[in-house]
Amino acid sequence: MIEYQNIFTRTQIHGPGDFGIPLPDGAERERIGKPTMVHLFGLIGDAQIGPIYLGWLGSISLLCGFIAFEIIGFNMLASVNWSPIQFVRQLFWLALEPPPAKYGLHFPPMAEGGWWLMAGFFLTTSIILWWVRTYRRAVALGMGTHVAWAFAAAIWLYLVLGFIRPVLMGNFGEAVPFGIFPHLDWTAAFSIRYGNLFYNPFHMLSIAFLYGSALIFAMHAATILAVSRLGGEREIEQIVDRGTASERAALFWRWTMGFNATMESIHRWAWWFAVLCPFVGGIGILLTGTVVDNWYLWGIKHGFAPEYAYDMWAPVLDPAIAAK
Amino acid sequence: MKYGLAFIAVIVGSLLTIAMMVHWERPPMASTQLGPRGVGMVWTQNPRTKAILKSKNIAPESDPPAQLSGIKVKDSPDYQNVKVLGDIDVEEFNRLMGAITNWIAPDEGCTYCHNPENMADDGLYTKVVARRMLQMTRQINTMWTPHVQQTGVTCYTCHRGNPVPANIWFKNDGPPHAEGMSASRQGEGLASKSVGMTSLPYDPFTTLLAKGAQIRVDGTTALPTDRPGASIHDTEVTYGLMIHMSEALGVNCTFCHNSRQFASWSESRPQRVPAWHGLRMVTDLNETFMASLQGTFPKNRLGPSGDVAKVNCATCHQGVNKPLYGVSMAKDYPELRIANP
Repeated sequence: MIEYQNIFTRTQIHGPGDFGIPLPDGAERERIGKPTMVHLFGLIGDAQIGPIYLGWLGSISLLCGFIAFEIIGFNMLASVNWSPIQFVRQLFWLALEPPPAKYGLHFPPMAEGGWWLMAGFFLTTSIILWWVRTYRRAVALGMGTHVAWAFAAAIWLYLVLGFIRPVLMGNFGEAVPFGIFPHLDWTAAFSIRYGNLFYNPFHMLSIAFLYGSALIFAMHAATILAVSRLGGEREIEQIVDRGTASERAALFWRWTMGFNATMESIHRWAWWFAVLCPFVGGIGILLTGTVVDNWYLWGIKHGFAPEYAYDMWAPVLDPAIAAK
Repeated sequence: MKYGLAFIAVIVGSLLTIAMMVHWERPPMASTQLGPRGVGMVWTQNPRTKAILKSKNIAPESDPPAQLSGIKVKDSPDYQNVKVLGDIDVEEFNRLMGAITNWIAPDEGCTYCHNPENMADDGLYTKVVARRMLQMTRQINTMWTPHVQQTGVTCYTCHRGNPVPANIWFKNDGPPHAEGMSASRQGEGLASKSVGMTSLPYDPFTTLLAKGAQIRVDGTTALPTDRPGASIHDTEVTYGLMIHMSEALGVNCTFCHNSRQFASWSESRPQRVPAWHGLRMVTDLNETFMASLQGTFPKNRLGPSGDVAKVNCATCHQGVNKPLYGVSMAKDYPELRIANP
């Protein structure tokens, strides 16, 4: 009895490690290490671990990421006077804050945001190198570069938040701190300062793509799981040679909503929704403060913020104006 | 099956770990609609903690009214060195002194402020402070009616039987920090009770409860202007102050503000107006009255940076939107509602 490997399967296939397709001459040596099998990984995915390719890009990227991580961590530890107990207790509250606005775009003293800039530099270097790596590894395998460009969409949002927008605003004080709760407080403060980000049309679009991504992911995953008993999880084969799993999945959606994506196009839907979420979000952040100062008032100005009847109380006047 | 259970256990365990770290209250909650439906203007309260709060904020019975003797304190040879209450009746004065003892120093008694050998002696610093506090109470009841309305305040509003009110603030530089070139905390990034256990700036008071402080941070025009706006850090300081107000009054943002635009007055609830006056009131009280006692208090009553104790919203409100649930004790003590000369 043949059982196919998916998350619900009790059987794990153990065979010789799969090295993938042959690479052009000389590239084979880049496949470092011998693959091993780990049963636990097999429970949630492929049991085969490795071979891992790091190369210069991967190694330097990890090193830069590690440096950024250490700068952030040690400064957090310093902020609680090197107390390991307080470091653990308050870890979620601790931060490495960007320079105060008064320093503009100049390099501030190390204690006043210099470390933040350094951590940002190393983290950005690490991320960019990792991006180049995803691009080059895809090319090396003769794949499309879809993963790299999807990753680039996230990097765009990251760069807008931490670099491009602060540069346009003229100070790094606008940027996001490193820290769990502090970066969430930044988000709330940012929305308050610029008049409620929910009235930012690009934020609206980003939310639509975020929720849309979740919806599409759920629909697609549910469809494939539902037809995996008919071989539906072999999606690539089904794209080329549509079988009964694909037929039934398609008919299910036509029955229920009159239209179906194809085995191939559903992945384009998913890719674009996922990519557009941070892409339009980044545009929305970029316009905040630079082009629009108060999104709510902007919404009023352009007639899309609705009027409510406030008949529950007498009209309220600003006492600061009344006092004048 | 085995793994399914393990998977669920990991998720439940993670959620409980998160619940342990944050202040977590079990449902059900009581909610009151405060604004038009659909804008999330709802006051959420925990009925169980509300019951505890109610029991902690009960105004004591007022003493029976004084039988006026017709003699003013300043005209009686028995009372010397009475600088604030000279114009009231001797019997009113005695009744008030008894009440103050119960409100502020029930365990310590009269001698907490007075030298029993000579009641007129100003030798104890507490007596000098008490005199200034009487002037402060009168200032609140007469000059700050936009905030306290006709309810007014007495010593008990803040003191609640404690010689030093439970909710006061000092300039706060936070716990020790590594020196040298290590990154400054910039006054935030610690779990801080003063700002409701958020990581927001933990001392918003020194900056914003000062005359001329700029609390407003929202952009005032749709498009940017040449005037520089508030920085993100300024916004976080204001946000911290607002969290303090919210915690001090036991309300959430939409008790005063409109959910969709915190800055807009025309869409705010009327409660925001007394709150606005309240912020100016505490600034006045701190700068006019508390600061004047800087040299009077002994060192052990001063803060870590040597500043005098100061008031904020929690000093009176103590978790309730109307202190003592709106019971007016001041109406029974009309001598506290006379304007300072």
